[in-house]
Amino acid sequence: MTLNQTDLQVMWDRLLGVVEEQGQALIRAAFSPIVRECGDISAGIFNLQGEMLAQAVTGTPGHINTMAEAVKILITHFPVEQMKPGEIYMTNDPWIASGHLNDFLLLQPAFLDGRVVGFTSCTSHLFDLGGKGMGPDGTDIYDEGLFVPPCKLLENSEVNQLLLDIIKVNSREPIANEGDIYALIACCETGVAQLLTMMREFNLNNLDDLSRHIIETSRQATIESIQELPQGTYNYVLPVDGYESEIELHAKMTISDQDIQVDFSGTSGCSKYGINVPLNYATAYSVFALRCLIGSDIPNNAGSLAPFKVTGPKGCILNSQHPSPVAMRHTLGQMTPDLMFGCLHQAIPERVPAEGASCMYDVPLRHAPEVTRNGGKPFGIELTHNGGTGARPGLDGLSATAFPSGVWGSQVEISESVTPIIIKRRELIADSGGAGEFRGGLGQRLKLTPATDDAFVVFLSLERMKYPALGRQGGHQGATGKITMCSGKTIPGKGEFRVNPGETMIVETPGGGGIGDPSARSEAAIISDLENALITPESAKSIYDYSV
Amino acid sequence: MQQTISAAIDIGGTFTDTALSIPGRTDLITAKNPTTPQDPTLGALEGLKAALTQADKQAEELQRFIHGTTLATNALIERRGAETAVITTEGFRDILEIAYERRYSQYDIMLQKPDLIVPRSRCFTVKERLNVHGEILTPLEQSSIDAVIKQIDASGVQALAICLLHAYANPAHEQQLRTAILKRRPDLYISLSSEVSPEAREFERLCTTVANAYLQPLMVEYLTRFELEFKQLGLNCPILMMTSSAGMTTLDTARKFPIRLVESGPSGGAVMAAKVASQSQLNKVLSFDMGGTTAKLCLINDYTPKTARNFEVNRAARFIKGSGMPVRIPVVEMIEIGAGGGSYAGIDRLNRIIIGPESAGSEPGPAGFDRGGTIATVTDSDISLGYIDPTLFAEKRLTLDQGKARKAVEETIGQKLALDTDKAAYGISQIVDENMASAGRMHAVESGVDISIQTMIAFGGNGPLHATRVARRCGINKIVIPPNPGVGSAVGFLDAPVSFEIIRSQYSLLNSLDIDSINQLLEQMLIQAREVVSCGAPNAELVSNCSAFMRYHGQGHEIEIPLNGEQLVAEDLGELLEKFETEYAFQYSRIVPNMEIEILNWAVKVTTQESVSEPLSAVNQRQNTNSAETRSIICDSTSEPVSASIYHRSNLKVGDSFTGPALVVEPQTTTLVSSDYQAHIDTALNIIMTKKEQ
Repeated sequence: MTLNQTDLQVMWDRLLGVVEEQGQALIRAAFSPIVRECGDISAGIFNLQGEMLAQAVTGTPGHINTMAEAVKILITHFPVEQMKPGEIYMTNDPWIASGHLNDFLLLQPAFLDGRVVGFTSCTSHLFDLGGKGMGPDGTDIYDEGLFVPPCKLLENSEVNQLLLDIIKVNSREPIANEGDIYALIACCETGVAQLLTMMREFNLNNLDDLSRHIIETSRQATIESIQELPQGTYNYVLPVDGYESEIELHAKMTISDQDIQVDFSGTSGCSKYGINVPLNYATAYSVFALRCLIGSDIPNNAGSLAPFKVTGPKGCILNSQHPSPVAMRHTLGQMTPDLMFGCLHQAIPERVPAEGASCMYDVPLRHAPEVTRNGGKPFGIELTHNGGTGARPGLDGLSATAFPSGVWGSQVEISESVTPIIIKRRELIADSGGAGEFRGGLGQRLKLTPATDDAFVVFLSLERMKYPALGRQGGHQGATGKITMCSGKTIPGKGEFRVNPGETMIVETPGGGGIGDPSARSEAAIISDLENALITPESAKSIYDYSV
Repeated sequence: MQQTISAAIDIGGTFTDTALSIPGRTDLITAKNPTTPQDPTLGALEGLKAALTQADKQAEELQRFIHGTTLATNALIERRGAETAVITTEGFRDILEIAYERRYSQYDIMLQKPDLIVPRSRCFTVKERLNVHGEILTPLEQSSIDAVIKQIDASGVQALAICLLHAYANPAHEQQLRTAILKRRPDLYISLSSEVSPEAREFERLCTTVANAYLQPLMVEYLTRFELEFKQLGLNCPILMMTSSAGMTTLDTARKFPIRLVESGPSGGAVMAAKVASQSQLNKVLSFDMGGTTAKLCLINDYTPKTARNFEVNRAARFIKGSGMPVRIPVVEMIEIGAGGGSYAGIDRLNRIIIGPESAGSEPGPAGFDRGGTIATVTDSDISLGYIDPTLFAEKRLTLDQGKARKAVEETIGQKLALDTDKAAYGISQIVDENMASAGRMHAVESGVDISIQTMIAFGGNGPLHATRVARRCGINKIVIPPNPGVGSAVGFLDAPVSFEIIRSQYSLLNSLDIDSINQLLEQMLIQAREVVSCGAPNAELVSNCSAFMRYHGQGHEIEIPLNGEQLVAEDLGELLEKFETEYAFQYSRIVPNMEIEILNWAVKVTTQESVSEPLSAVNQRQNTNSAETRSIICDSTSEPVSASIYHRSNLKVGDSFTGPALVVEPQTTTLVSSDYQAHIDTALNIIMTKKEQ
């Protein structure tokens, strides 16, 4: 490293700062609750070749890789030499942007002295695009709302008003959509301005040296991390609930001294409903899981992502093709980390967590149709809750905590203030964490009921109601998730369901799996679990052979 | 300067600072002595005695006495509070356990969640339920009160935090519960969420109530003893306590709400900077307070430090957001990063220089202190670059060893990156300065302001030394270094108003606002706040400010919009809408037409009317100064050796002007005037640095 390289480090740090600033600004201005609660956005800076140099670390892993690849595709639609200042390009093509129509990706070229020197890009989740909305019940992409192919959103610094009008008129939430698109534009523009400020401050007229430094340093360090792993091929099959039928997710992971290749061959075909996953999105969650264990300290960029290669046969549910419905692609996308961990566990058993609840327990609900027909006030909310994570090597799992997503749980007082519902209970479920030397995290139980005479409808797309989170090395599985009515009736995990006044819906989120034989659990940990009522005296006796 | 004989004592982790202001004297009398952790009152007594002796005054003559302490913050960080239990509504035992359902660090699968003080085994519930309007759905059940008292008895706790759902809308059940428990257990310290933090969002409200309950036994004991000792010394004016919100409060309120005493030191620094801003008519300021372990940045707009309603206690390493315990109290909003003089430098596996957050502290201290430290710190880099005079450091109490500093820099960074020592030291400086600038830029973005048009006011032991380097990276062209920058917090205490702020939730939509009910709410809050402030400032004229926290329906961030007066009238609603839209457009570039607007919280702040600072008179005449004394330093913008003039701050007079590269030396710090800056002394003896025209 020469002094020149400290300069390069400062500039790299600056780029990382810029994308974080962009990300924060976008989150603050967003309307979609999912963006605010989960940070479901992305912001990145790219070089002239479309290689990603820096990406904001945001709340959901669904944008890792997707953005890096999307920009490369977009610049084939809009060749660099034809780009003009004042242009911004946009698409929500799920197979380019981020796996479903709600995610819009914008790309803006940065012009320095009349030449394109790089790009900024950002993605955000728009609230509603018409169609069947955010639910799994669409049967093809046309059911799921408005599809915007790669297009110029801005030309000569003017927004294409017709395009914006089309997006608004096709949405149940036109104002929020418009607000979110303007937030994306502002985010791109800020990024470009800051990139240019930096280039002027450091007297750069291109990003070549800086790109090479960032990408090469990151790639090399990532390869070194991969070289610490035992080479070989590892297979794993993860059965999941699916919608109309159960599904198998297959992965073959090959660790070589230069890269890690993942192949989804053998994975079940697509569903009739919107739980199918485009490959870019399945890749995002898979690579996220790998990077949690391999070189997690290296920032995301073209270099650190390059050694991870994910493929799958076209038409399998993790590589669904147009026009498959994909609205709820995160349901299975969030299961892919457990698929990756299943492979990695064979290579590095001492570093891999047990399976967890993984799929977030998202309960979008809105007023029943007759409420507005009868002149009542419309309402809607997306409650986000989670089950337990798998036990970690040497540590218990985390109870009621999101992984792999980064969503925030909804707070009861806020949910009740913005929607006419009452949440009667929100408590951990004793014994729901898989037993083991290290216990899985616990799931939680929520009880929901209408607060007024207005019924509400929920739209579910949940997992781990049939297949629990498995433990490792003798650790037990976590409890499955469950949706029931106070009457005792069980509700399926996917599809639409109605809750009438006087009825109470009970949501139980899954627990995480344990690690190690329960007999190896320390007495102190068992006593603490008993004192804190995380396990019952009965299971202390039957599983841990411990009596009070 | 105050018109009364006033003393301020700031007890920090390492030093206790005392500042004494005497009418008729333009300078302050200051003292800095080591903190006495076993019994902090002793160090405070020492400090005051030393200052009184210097001024030839007696304790009896003091007319104002202000105290701030890190004791509350440290008790939370070091977990030295009381055994505490929690009571919540049946069905909601796990508000603390479940928390935000979130990991604060995306890739860290081994992370541990913050310890929120009370384990599940001491979280109890009672049968009762209110709805969002505060209406009773289930009355508080007597049998469950009896049961919970048994659980409390069995748990052996000393303090209790009660947080029932929607209690911010109706405190009746919490109050009933307290009365019932105190009847049986009068020895317990009980905090009610409806008093400590009457805001919606049960998790933060409970955390705040827990922190308050946890601190109360300790702080009540400390404050009582502190008061007694100073009375015995002869003090006969009331003791006012500095709070987190840049105001002061009475001992009684401090005993009731000890959580409001956290971060009083930094808040004092912000008051000092605000005062300087007001005298110098600087309406857009970034204060930069860099000490031994951290740097704190705060935006000061129109002479008022930016405030927030959230604070996180004890964030995990790297100061990651979400890794601490959230408390909702009025605070001066600061961004704090682990970058101070003592922060360690190192190399990560990508061969990048990293700084902090670990710090050498006072033991062993930087390598250059020659107390056994061998790892390079930021201070070692500054010594190596020639910015600190080894013989004039810390009032000459400590002679620095430049050789040891250079050796540490060479071994920690230089050898590993094949850089000579100067370049390695320069690299450390580049990275730490970029880290601080980056934190500042991020804070500005989050606050919707343009950082480059701010003026920087720098203080703290290392602030004046790094000011130009951080400012340049933020695009800031003007810097002010006030007098006594090393004891900024204590100086700030002297100028703080007595104040009290209350925030309550009452959810409403702007277009269907029940004006009468809001007015009732505001009136109650004003009465309560005035009562507190009047106790601390019996005859003072009071000012009140009311505000609404507004947002578009469904958005996550509220914007604080000031109300016109203390009561709303129908015509105000249109104006509220207008002000909200203006502010929203300012922060986010545009408004959202036709979107419904909701109000979540209402705030009142009552404060004593402070005399407006007289604007400084302009410098009549500037005279170029020169110094015969020079030293070779490494230029912080070119990394080449240059000769810097050395000035002693005590010798500089109003109007003195000089250009960088220069160093201005004073007992507790050094100001680096970089080669691209020029400096002059204004009529308040501030050092004003401005970027040279290119």
